[in-house]
Amino acid sequence: MTEPAQPEPAARPSRLDIDALIDNPDTQVLVCCGSGGVGKTTVAAALAVRAAQRGRRTVVLTIDPARRLAQSLGLRELDNQPRPVRFAGFEPKGELHAMMLDMRRTFDDMVLAHAGKERAAQILANPFYQTISTSFSGTQEYMAMEKLGQLAASGQWDLIVVDTPPSRSALDFLDAPQRLSTVLDGKLIRLLSAPARAGGIGIRKLVGAGFGLFTKAISTIVGGQLLTDASSFVQAFDSMFGGFRERARKTYQLLRSPGTGFLVVAAPEPDALREASYFAERLSAEQMPLAGLVANRTHPVLAELSEARAVAAADGLDRAGDAPLAAAVLRLHADRVAMADRERRLLTRFTRAHPTVPVIGVPALPTDVHDLAGLHEIGYRLAGE
Amino acid sequence: MTTPAVGWTEELARARLHVVTGKGGTGKTTVAAALALALATGGRRVLLVEVEGRQGIAQLFDAAPLPYSEERIASAPGGGEVRALAVDAEAALLEYLSMFYNLGFAGRTLRKMGAIEFATTLAPGLRDVLLTGKVKECVRRTGPGGRHAYDAVVLDAPPTGRVVQFLDVTKAMADLAKVGPIKGQSEGVVKLLHSGDAAVHLVALLEEMPVRETLDAVAELDAADLRPGAVVVNRARPPRLPARSVPAAADGRVDDSRVRAGLTAAGLDLSEEDLEGLVEETVEHAIRVRLEQQARAHLAEADLPALELPELADGIDPAGLYELAERLVAQGVR
Repeated sequence: MTEPAQPEPAARPSRLDIDALIDNPDTQVLVCCGSGGVGKTTVAAALAVRAAQRGRRTVVLTIDPARRLAQSLGLRELDNQPRPVRFAGFEPKGELHAMMLDMRRTFDDMVLAHAGKERAAQILANPFYQTISTSFSGTQEYMAMEKLGQLAASGQWDLIVVDTPPSRSALDFLDAPQRLSTVLDGKLIRLLSAPARAGGIGIRKLVGAGFGLFTKAISTIVGGQLLTDASSFVQAFDSMFGGFRERARKTYQLLRSPGTGFLVVAAPEPDALREASYFAERLSAEQMPLAGLVANRTHPVLAELSEARAVAAADGLDRAGDAPLAAAVLRLHADRVAMADRERRLLTRFTRAHPTVPVIGVPALPTDVHDLAGLHEIGYRLAGE
Repeated sequence: MTTPAVGWTEELARARLHVVTGKGGTGKTTVAAALALALATGGRRVLLVEVEGRQGIAQLFDAAPLPYSEERIASAPGGGEVRALAVDAEAALLEYLSMFYNLGFAGRTLRKMGAIEFATTLAPGLRDVLLTGKVKECVRRTGPGGRHAYDAVVLDAPPTGRVVQFLDVTKAMADLAKVGPIKGQSEGVVKLLHSGDAAVHLVALLEEMPVRETLDAVAELDAADLRPGAVVVNRARPPRLPARSVPAAADGRVDDSRVRAGLTAAGLDLSEEDLEGLVEETVEHAIRVRLEQQARAHLAEADLPALELPELADGIDPAGLYELAERLVAQGVR
């Protein structure tokens, strides 16, 4: 090899400086991503609380938060509008507003804004629209993007913190809108519902007689009514589709702009970190700015005593049988050292693959977070305090 | 460990389809794999199926991504065998259509165009009907001599939030054609899922949210007339403190002079700061143990057979799966 020797990749990641990130006036959007069950929504809410306290006019867009977390932000129902969060006995330097995404209403609003009154009514009443707007698995992501676009366009906010929909994969947030676009685009549905008029000569040549059979088979399976509904939906929707796509494109641009930062949230577990790795690679491929990794719910060791010494001492005490409390304390410490070692190994593996991604570990709270005080505490921990 | 859970019942031993669900992050794929190994122990043939296209099984067993075919993935103690299958709705649809129509090349071309993805988008229930249909086919398949091809099938199902929708094929069919081959197929699925041949196991952690979701799922399963099987408490960590010390310690009261005396007796001379650290770790541990006790009591409301698996310090690798399977066998799984 003629390449110059590379320096050894640092085993220690650089520390993610949350305060620098949220204090920076150029940071306008922070997107919290990660696989399900890692505490994404809590981290997003805690970041927003901290940003507001540090003086920024902040809005947090949450998606499907746990009920108690929603209540801690004063959100009692889905109303699709940012609502001010009240801090009991305390005035933040900035402002905090919070909202929960109502994907159906966001979608309806979009239709109403883009279609004429009559056409909008037609679309909203279509059974196929009702399926797409409530249970298609890309709609939530698409509408989260749409809402983010609206919040950004309003110019009301210094900082928008976005939680992403719960999904098994962090990548869904980036991919799902595309899936929905493909469906709404309507090329396929025209082929399926009226192959003779679709003008898809190339395809028919390719596929030949099998295509007619396929259409027949699909319509046997999903039922003729559904195809008819879908077809009339696509016809009604066609004229507004350009506008939809344009908006989605703009939001995508916003995500790639320097004012946006992505935070990948992961539990220090192999599955969650593997997802985080995929996501980091994807962001870099899309030239989207990855601000860092939040390793949520870590278990740092609080006393300097090795696992081996703790276990040996506990064994000794158990044999003597006279200090059960101290023996228990030593064993639970040994467990904790083992867990911390494992977490560190997993995070080191992530850093080896992504040496430039800054990392911050957020020590686990012993209890669930369900009030502003808890979010405040997570904020401290996020900032490494 | 605390009182050994009342494990596997006679009824569960008779089930041929074991559906495993759980809140995201509770380790349902791991439990499904360990259950498959446990059921295969002693020479049985078991199929482990995943349906979410995430190749979780292959990752767990450190194997190459699974194709759409039933591949041997592990042997179990006593000559048993576990095969694995990643069901993919598109492949299932094509396979299914080819039983009734001769699609020829069209199938592959349409797949490339995304037409099948589109068809399953048109009717979201279709995807679930296809996936459960394939599972049913595996459960019911017989070999020469009429013997079942598999003694048991373990399904790594969608998480608790979606599992009832996934399994409630009757409801999904309401959206679909009222006649034709798929109707007949789905009737077979409904029959299997609502019979004594199927059980839905729920994986939980001893934490508030997973426990609540588990209880919600049990209620939903009952309402849909699907049969909840066992609750599997996963990643249980041993309580270290003597039970009588837990309440006080969880409230922040740890007798540090007694701890100090014990440490000195063990020949450890720690700094004041380290002692404080140990006490803080103890308080956190006690809070967790107390929450776990509450979670356990809450879970007992489900009144289902319970199994328990420990947290493995080194994480889950294939060797760890065998260890978990052994624990399941020890609790009566067969």
